Amino acid sequence: MTDFLQLVIAGTATGGCYALAALGFTLLWQASGTINFALGEMVMLPAFMMLFFMSVLGLPLPLAFLATLALSLLVMGYGFKRVVVDPLIRHDVITLVIATLGLSIGVRQAVKGVASAQVFTFPSVFSDTLLTIGGVRVSAGDIGTVVVACTIVLALQAFLNRTVTGRAMQAVAQNRDAATVLGIKVERMVLYAFLINAALAAVSALLITPVYLAKFDMGDTLGLKAFYAAIIGGFNNSRGALLGGVLVGVLENLVGTYISPGYKEGVALVLFMVVIVFRPQGLLGTVEERKV
Amino acid sequence: MSPLRWIILLAGLAFVALAPTQMKNYGVYLTTLWCVYLIAGMGLNLTVGYAGQISLGQAAFLGIGAYTAAIMSKAGVPYLAIFPAAAALCFVVGLLLGFPALRVQHHYLAFATLGFNMLVFLVLRNEEWLTGGTFGINNIPRPTLFGWRFNRPLDFYHLTFAVLVLTGVLMAFLLRSPWGRAFAALRDNPIRAESVGINTTFYTLMAFAIGAAYAGIAGALFAPLVQFVEPAPFGFATSLSMLLMVIAGGSGRFFGPALGSVVVVLLPEWLRFAADWYLAVFGFLIVAMMIWLPGGLLSLPERVRR
Amino acid sequence: MTALLEVRDVHKAYGAIRAVDGVSFSVTAGEILGVIGPNGSGKTTLFNSILGQVKPSAGQVYFEGADVTGMGALPLSRRGIGRTFQSLQVFGRLSVRDNLIAAGQEFSGSAAGRLFARPDAGLGGRAEEIIALFRIGHVAHLPAGSLSYGQQKLVDIAMAFMASPRLVLLDEPCAGVNPALIDELTELLLRLNREHGGTFVVIEHNMDFVMRLCTRVICMAQGKVLAEGPPEAVQSNRAVLEAYLGV
Repeated sequence: MTDFLQLVIAGTATGGCYALAALGFTLLWQASGTINFALGEMVMLPAFMMLFFMSVLGLPLPLAFLATLALSLLVMGYGFKRVVVDPLIRHDVITLVIATLGLSIGVRQAVKGVASAQVFTFPSVFSDTLLTIGGVRVSAGDIGTVVVACTIVLALQAFLNRTVTGRAMQAVAQNRDAATVLGIKVERMVLYAFLINAALAAVSALLITPVYLAKFDMGDTLGLKAFYAAIIGGFNNSRGALLGGVLVGVLENLVGTYISPGYKEGVALVLFMVVIVFRPQGLLGTVEERKV
Repeated sequence: MSPLRWIILLAGLAFVALAPTQMKNYGVYLTTLWCVYLIAGMGLNLTVGYAGQISLGQAAFLGIGAYTAAIMSKAGVPYLAIFPAAAALCFVVGLLLGFPALRVQHHYLAFATLGFNMLVFLVLRNEEWLTGGTFGINNIPRPTLFGWRFNRPLDFYHLTFAVLVLTGVLMAFLLRSPWGRAFAALRDNPIRAESVGINTTFYTLMAFAIGAAYAGIAGALFAPLVQFVEPAPFGFATSLSMLLMVIAGGSGRFFGPALGSVVVVLLPEWLRFAADWYLAVFGFLIVAMMIWLPGGLLSLPERVRR
Repeated sequence: MTALLEVRDVHKAYGAIRAVDGVSFSVTAGEILGVIGPNGSGKTTLFNSILGQVKPSAGQVYFEGADVTGMGALPLSRRGIGRTFQSLQVFGRLSVRDNLIAAGQEFSGSAAGRLFARPDAGLGGRAEEIIALFRIGHVAHLPAGSLSYGQQKLVDIAMAFMASPRLVLLDEPCAGVNPALIDELTELLLRLNREHGGTFVVIEHNMDFVMRLCTRVICMAQGKVLAEGPPEAVQSNRAVLEAYLGV
């Protein structure tokens, strides 16, 4: 039983990281219809940026994170939108899918070229003490990760629902034309979505890299898990991303331990297939009628 | 088609049929591999280019076909039965994969098919009793058909080439029939298609199933070509290359995959100068191509004319 | 004479918003019924409820005496209801001729039969008739997506007639179309009505077009039928004027 609880808690922490990446994905999709297959690389890249700032420039972790955040906003937020998405968004979805897949290969291999295929350890922002609560041993890092992930999801939801800018972003997501008529600066709202996506990716890099370790292909599975989490939880609901992420993280741990480690990677997938067949809007999502 | 195009097509076919007789074994092997990928690419072009679906799982069907051929040929089943069996199995699995496609809008489909590819990969890797796991299945025999043994590389190449021509003719026939028009209608405007009596459910499923069957046939040729199957060649990376073949050549154009597969096979050779960086260059080239030439290489003449 | 289409007390609500609120009317063969009303009065939602694009919350729709309530777009088209959409809906990469054949090829024979049918599905002649009728011969070989808006609109409408439907619902055929083409369209629809016995329901804002074309008009406001009758009577109806002018 204690094993079980430990697995659940560790899984929740991993799931929280999936959720952060998933949230960025959801925001991008809603704001601009962008499917970003380079999502995993957008988590991997900040991890290596932080490593660069720490080991080459000798910055402490908090400063390295802030520098990375700024760089992420510029490159993965603004740059990604202007250079890749803006010229492509008027074509069909598949062009953007292929372009972002190409981008993910390019970025991944470029990082491999610069930093080699080596695995790098990464310091945790939390202490590595183990707490024992009611016989269950939990790492402070896991708890910290869960708390940070939940806080960010709730804060983002509050931002989207309570602030003028957040509501304007939602209006753009629901109906671009109507939002334009209402005088909302659509392009700026879309840019905000890209910036938030970049920031979320940087934060999830900070949280997940100590566990996953930094490697050029770390984004490979991470990106996919995040997509699946987003769809499982429900695309048009930010709490859905959290639920989906945690569900995937926990079930992966349980399946890997109790059923077969070989199929651990398949958990998100099966869950995803079940959800799209029986509840395509996602667990917490609401149905959108097909547009004519 | 104009007489000029017929002449070009026949000359091209004659060249492809005869060129390998002048090649060394490795060249023959590569040309055979190109034919195999092209058969799968034609199928994917139907699903993606003509019917407008997204599939990132074509390599899974190639794998299903290859493992079917490997397992059945090791069990002594003749190849005359293996080809239809591989095609039929992939047709059915493709049909099943088509069902999520009906439930979700096309952006989800990318993930559904990608997930399917990963699932098949996991099964191939984990179910050792059937697939040999990571060790794979080796010593797969070359086929014997109608008393002919296609054992020498050149003989096997001609068998593959014959299958390529046959599947190509069947595809051309399919696309010229009213079905081809229905697929295009489904791609261009599914809602309008329903309102003029086109059963989009049926055609979506058929686009997936027929596309998958083509990959199944390609797989059934892949296994005896390499004579060894393992999970690695059927991962997502191969699916992406195949999609790239279709898009780079020109999706929804009959000869798109033929040109695209040449590019995808040769591009890494051209990028040799970049050494370790070639995959990075390759990735960014894809992005650049999507931005400047989303219609593929075959759309160049129209672009120039405008 | 029994009604070709009968709509009985159809409702469609989105949450608390009643987009269509108890609409009833019927259409007999050979009629051209106009549906007018201010923006947001529920005309398009009514069309979509009849045509299976959305499921009505309550009420029934009968076509040729059979209950077709909540049926999807596909079975309705197979039963002989053609339609056009408010926005352009053509198959952009197919030629105009192929657009027309695509709009007619699924109405006869089996799927397997079509696989082995002639490439034009035996509809080449019918397509030429429609092309001549709509006077789009000079662009028939071009991809529909490359034509001007007005030409695409003609193709769009022509497609609805390809399978000789017994009823055609047209959603704002004049929107974005130049006056000369509107005249042409009016003539065309009148001809289809007189010579081919075509029955239409037309949503339209262009009152001139409605007055010239329709044999009967209903005016909707806030999801309800406000007035019904001959075009002149509805046009001069006080309630209709109020609904439009918001007096």
